[in-house]
Amino acid sequence: MKSTTQDRLVGRSVARREDPRLLTGNGRFVDDIELPGMLHAQFVRSTVAHGLITDIDLTHVRRVPGVVAAFTASDLGLGDITAQLDRPLSEFVPTAMPVLARDRVRYAGEPVAVVVARDPYAAEDGLEAAKVTYASLPPVTSEEQALAPGAALVHEEAAHNTLVDVSLFATEGIDGIFDKAPCVVHVETRTGRQNALPLETRGAVAQWDAREDQLVLHTCTQIPHQVRTVAARCLGLDERAVRVIVPDMGGGFGLKCVVGREEIAAAAAALRLRRPVKWIEDRKDALTASFLAREQHYTARAAFDADGRILGLDADVVCDMGAYSCYPFTAGIEPLMASAEMPGPYKVPAYRVRGRAVATNKAPTAPYRGVSRPQYVMVVERLMERAARELDLDPVEIRRRNVITAFPYTGVNNVTYDPGSYLESLNLCEQTLKEAGWYDQQAAAWAGGRHIGIGYSCFSERTGYGSAAFAARKMEVVPGFDLSEVRMDTSGAVTVTTGTMSHGQSHETTMAQIVADTLGVDIAKVKLHQGDTDRITYGWGTFASRSITVGGSAVRRAAAKLGDKLRAIAAAQWGVPPEGVELDRGRVRLRAEPEAELSYAHLAGIAHLKSHLLPKDIEPGLTATAAFDTDTDGTFSNATHGVVVELHQGTGQVEILAYVCVEDCGVAIHPQVVEGQCRGGIAQGIAGALFEQITYDAQGEPSATSFMDYKVPTAHEIPDVTIHHLETPCAFTETGAKGAGEGGTIGAPAAVLNAVNDALRATGTELDNTPVTPETVHRALTSPVLEQTP
Amino acid sequence: MNDTGGMGDDVQLLTLDVNGTSYEVITPPRRTLVDVLRHDLRLTGTHVGCEHGICGACTVLVDGLPVRACLMFAAQAEGARISTVESLADPGSGELDDLQRAFTENHGLQCGFCTPGFLMLAQGFLAERPEATKEEIREVVAANLCRCTGYQTIVEAIDACATARRAQRAAGTEETSCN
Repeated sequence: MKSTTQDRLVGRSVARREDPRLLTGNGRFVDDIELPGMLHAQFVRSTVAHGLITDIDLTHVRRVPGVVAAFTASDLGLGDITAQLDRPLSEFVPTAMPVLARDRVRYAGEPVAVVVARDPYAAEDGLEAAKVTYASLPPVTSEEQALAPGAALVHEEAAHNTLVDVSLFATEGIDGIFDKAPCVVHVETRTGRQNALPLETRGAVAQWDAREDQLVLHTCTQIPHQVRTVAARCLGLDERAVRVIVPDMGGGFGLKCVVGREEIAAAAAALRLRRPVKWIEDRKDALTASFLAREQHYTARAAFDADGRILGLDADVVCDMGAYSCYPFTAGIEPLMASAEMPGPYKVPAYRVRGRAVATNKAPTAPYRGVSRPQYVMVVERLMERAARELDLDPVEIRRRNVITAFPYTGVNNVTYDPGSYLESLNLCEQTLKEAGWYDQQAAAWAGGRHIGIGYSCFSERTGYGSAAFAARKMEVVPGFDLSEVRMDTSGAVTVTTGTMSHGQSHETTMAQIVADTLGVDIAKVKLHQGDTDRITYGWGTFASRSITVGGSAVRRAAAKLGDKLRAIAAAQWGVPPEGVELDRGRVRLRAEPEAELSYAHLAGIAHLKSHLLPKDIEPGLTATAAFDTDTDGTFSNATHGVVVELHQGTGQVEILAYVCVEDCGVAIHPQVVEGQCRGGIAQGIAGALFEQITYDAQGEPSATSFMDYKVPTAHEIPDVTIHHLETPCAFTETGAKGAGEGGTIGAPAAVLNAVNDALRATGTELDNTPVTPETVHRALTSPVLEQTP
Repeated sequence: MNDTGGMGDDVQLLTLDVNGTSYEVITPPRRTLVDVLRHDLRLTGTHVGCEHGICGACTVLVDGLPVRACLMFAAQAEGARISTVESLADPGSGELDDLQRAFTENHGLQCGFCTPGFLMLAQGFLAERPEATKEEIREVVAANLCRCTGYQTIVEAIDACATARRAQRAAGTEETSCN
């Protein structure tokens, strides 16, 4: 394509194409869908954390004015949702998640029956009339309880409540390395259970379309095709007979990356009643009974030589996955991620890890932005800080001595890292904080008795996982590739499909930028379709920062193929070989005679309306399809975060004074969008480090049932973030881009925790658990000995 | 099955003034303002995020002041002027107003679910306090929740809009005084 750099849209922050409708109230979210005759569903949910259902009496529910129907599991007879790993029983125990609980409940909030009414108020009235009796079983509310000898079993088939137990790596002789090492440091860390908390709760509108002989399920999901698969299986339909449509989505962050029970139950009710059924989750259910994440316990140690070079890393990870395995990722999602990736950006010569997932009587878990990486990065970065103190090294210097600098680098975890800017990001981040005077301010503050701390985190993040990388995790359902179809109509307008599913990431803009550049068309002529299983061939949705890397590459390839067809059609008109013509801003030009040109609309007209003019070897129509998969280990984005905090003794408050992020996601398709991902990710990371935690009482009752009890940070708590970009283009994605969706969240907890500990330096206290609450900080500042880490 | 007829006996007729249009709604008294706006009047730009007044996604203006439409019964809004996000853009051309433009220029939205609430919050606040500093804007932005942006660009968008409005007013005043 002939275009100057000036014409290129990739790399420019063009106007977001999603914005006009979202700013004017013209978006269409799932709760905005209103169908004639539509009914409203809500769920009778378990009031106990663990118990046998002895009776469900819905007689009074059915008599409530406005209630149309109420169904239990036995009324609907649905198949279970079962997620599998391709691993032996010693490593993974599959467990089934029924759509509605049958004879047993495993967490408070588990759906037991669905009530369908003519309006949402009547549905809630109906819930109050339900009578469910339980024979309580002892609740398992923590990882310690789950693993204790003689513990009650959440699933009879899972001994010791252990769903996953894998030891992926164990370097031979690692114990000897630790025995002989001049410096060995330990960290034990617990991280709080969190809710990914998209502001739009989950929801669905299901409708049986008799003419199409098809169930239409509108739902806000990151993985439309996987929802279709499960819905079809549970309902006993062919996949063709289920159409999943995703309207605008109010965030997801992983919580909507798994198949929920409620959308299947709503679909079943719609099938049964032959009426449209809407279910919109309320905030209480979203907090207590959706999908949670991040409750992990690490016991880790690292060995260093006298110069601060790491010799070995040894870790035990236990993840509290709640009551069920999520589809398609399973309860292995967190322990497998931590085990596979923990060495991160460092040259770690010896590595041993055991990763476990335990079942407890809590709401189940889903992948949440970053998946385990916010946690293990925190652990590894605490080990780095602790070793720096032991060896009297500067915390940035010890990282400098350990980061990977020569690429490609194959790590002890059998992963090959493509080029990145680990050292450069570290140096630039430190330099930025130094030049802003924070080191001087810290010295002055310390002299004046104030508690100011500076902390860093340095990490790399695998993005663009292809099927090879997911297969290595031994998922039975192996995600990875993406497909795109690009179509041009006779007006020269371009329709492009992607299997990814934007829920705030701006794909309608960024994918259109890629197409516009590839074909040389006006971006206004390009329209993206996503999230409709009848409109797009197949897709894996949006997760693991895969959309631009994998999805964007498929889009680019399909657009290039369409360009080839345009050239072929034009070349045939002139009777020259395709090499004799070129694409140039909406036209095909004859190289030999640059003034000879055919517009795309004209060529599209030939392809559709005058196909008799096409040579025999060119098929009519103007469509191209392409796939992309990553056949390497994926591509690694990287970043360093630097944070300055002040601890306030009286209130125990952690105030963030400055936040610097130096990130490298390769070619940034839309720099403003990348920055938005960084800032939003960092806010969620800070939330985990300082504020948010889902807790339960001894009976397994969730304590946080509203935003009064679950502290979501506001503009008061989240600071402005200074962002610097480095650019190490990816060699094998079509655009040079690497993923940018999760890094902010991954880096923030470690950097914040390190800054807090730096501020506590004079007290001799170190904090290793998150969230760091005001109470902990207050106590650490006032009576440090109580918080001493063993 | 009770799915017959209307909404039962206990309904009332309300007259609501929304975005300058007068609507008559027959509704049960327990229905919230946000539900009536969204589902009876089909003004779905206003969103529901928590139903307990914390997240602010449902913020609308009632007599010019920001209000949580999830905490108010529709009946309580009778006789008041209600403005929703649908009132901001030019009704004829659909052209964005200056506040909406500032949001898109500053990337003050990602998924867009919380955005109408922030727009109406800012609209009400800037009308009341056109001289607001960036720090004051940050205080007000802290009234609502956003899970995507980290708030920085929302604050910057509102500040940019306020600054531009002040500059425009100053230019207008100057012009008036010259004439």
